[in-house]
Amino acid sequence: MVSLVNALPGAVAQGLIWGIMAIGVYLTYRVLDIADLTVDGSLGTGGAVCIMLMLTGHNVWVSLLGAIAAGMLAGFVTGILHTFMGIPAILAGILTQLGLYSINLKTMGKSNQAINVDNYKLLISLRFVKGVSIYKNTIFVVALITIVLIALLYWFFGTELGSSMRATGCNPNMSRAQGINTNFNIVLGLMLSNGLVALSGALLCQYQGFADINMGRGAIVIGLAAVIIGQAVFGKIFRNFALKLLGVAFGSIIYYLVLQLVIWMGIDTDLLKLLSAVVVAIFLSVPTMKSRYFSKGGK
Amino acid sequence: MLELINICKTFNKGTVNEKQALNGLSLKLNEGDFTTIIGGNGAGKSTMLNAISGVWPVDEGQILIDGEDITKLPEYKRAKFLGRVFQDPMTGTAATMSINENMALANRRGKRRTLRPGNPAHERKFFKEQVARLGLGLEDRMTSKVGLLSGGQRQAITLLMSTLKKPRLLLLDEHTAALDPKTAAKVLELTKEMVEEQNLTALMVTHNMKDAIHLGNRLIMMHEGRIIYDVSGEEKKNLKVEDLLRKFEEVSGEEFANDRMMLAK
Repeated sequence: MVSLVNALPGAVAQGLIWGIMAIGVYLTYRVLDIADLTVDGSLGTGGAVCIMLMLTGHNVWVSLLGAIAAGMLAGFVTGILHTFMGIPAILAGILTQLGLYSINLKTMGKSNQAINVDNYKLLISLRFVKGVSIYKNTIFVVALITIVLIALLYWFFGTELGSSMRATGCNPNMSRAQGINTNFNIVLGLMLSNGLVALSGALLCQYQGFADINMGRGAIVIGLAAVIIGQAVFGKIFRNFALKLLGVAFGSIIYYLVLQLVIWMGIDTDLLKLLSAVVVAIFLSVPTMKSRYFSKGGK
Repeated sequence: MLELINICKTFNKGTVNEKQALNGLSLKLNEGDFTTIIGGNGAGKSTMLNAISGVWPVDEGQILIDGEDITKLPEYKRAKFLGRVFQDPMTGTAATMSINENMALANRRGKRRTLRPGNPAHERKFFKEQVARLGLGLEDRMTSKVGLLSGGQRQAITLLMSTLKKPRLLLLDEHTAALDPKTAAKVLELTKEMVEEQNLTALMVTHNMKDAIHLGNRLIMMHEGRIIYDVSGEEKKNLKVEDLLRKFEEVSGEEFANDRMMLAK
């Protein structure tokens, strides 16, 4: 029991970091109505770019910005493949993701790169979860970043451009009829989303002290899980857009707490990804199952 | 004002499903013309409106609005000239956004979308007044998601959105066909009011021959991707449904047992 309690702050920190990625997934999956698989690659890209920039002596903030820029570029590529080249969004994402595997490998020069928290000024680390001042505490720092991001996104999606992006995801035909450049909005949305995902990757590599070529594997599933949990748990009370984003961040934390719990219960950790996949599959099928097998009114 | 010159469009070229939808279509609309369009299934009525809106590029021909060639302009750029209402009431509005937000989107048709507030408070009074004119009581539900409204209500909102910023040309693609008769009559009445009030140039596709005769000042009949009959003024006013049916058989030279069902009433 003590080991579980001890592990909880770490789970919360990890959940918060992945929560930023989940917010990125929310933007594509819920707002733009596109399942963007780029994230499995761009998460690693964020980590790789951040760690290499730091190892070559750049400041942590510059490294984070570099990671965001790299992620946005990845989103841009997927967007162009999808809109201007007419490749279905899922396939476009897979292509970018696959390409990014090589790029991430080349960026790091090998399959993983470590960074020592004692030698570099990291913003967050798993060493900063307990026994440090509140301002240095990883949970506090990442929570602050998340709140700032949600505020920015809330503002953006209230602007003319942001509204037109929401309309694009909701009804592209209507959007074009109202003079909205839907292709531009899709590309921009994918860039925003993957920028956030890469930021999450950059924070994750600092937190765990290394970037790994496989760190993004299955990220989309974790993101979807967070989105779905957030909606299932907070959907009834969080109706405002900013609160919905907050719900996604909470969803991610819940996901990691549950994960920690099942690990503590002694599940074979090799099975964790299978478990995640099954859980997400079940939740994704709920709406269909409900309408098909449990609906009360005929049809 | 609108000029279509020899427009051709073939779908699924080179396959068994090849369909020549528009076949050398030419049309010239005058300022203030309210033109109704009739024709059998597959005559090219909706295809013509889609060609004007730029849903896909045409194979041949030219489309001019006020003398400006818009043939190569993408759909979203043509929107600044066009107000559009679709057959499917779900198509014209964003379901997950409020009436206010939908109106705000329409109020920016043809303008660049900036980082200024997308739905500022000072516009809402104007939107509310506009929505109140529909007489559907929706002015008290401005923050409701449009997805919660009925088909007729959504179509009325779409109509309002399409004319909120005066379009050079209003395109109505069987916009009452999916509504129940009572709602359809209401939406049609609103259409007439809005067109008259702003003196709009409009193209209205309809399956209802009576509506086609009673509304507007000009009527065109299409068949196999071309205009086969074009009537306006006094001659149009005196038309009867029987005249149109006879005209159709005469010009197309075809039996149209199925079309008669579609065209009648």
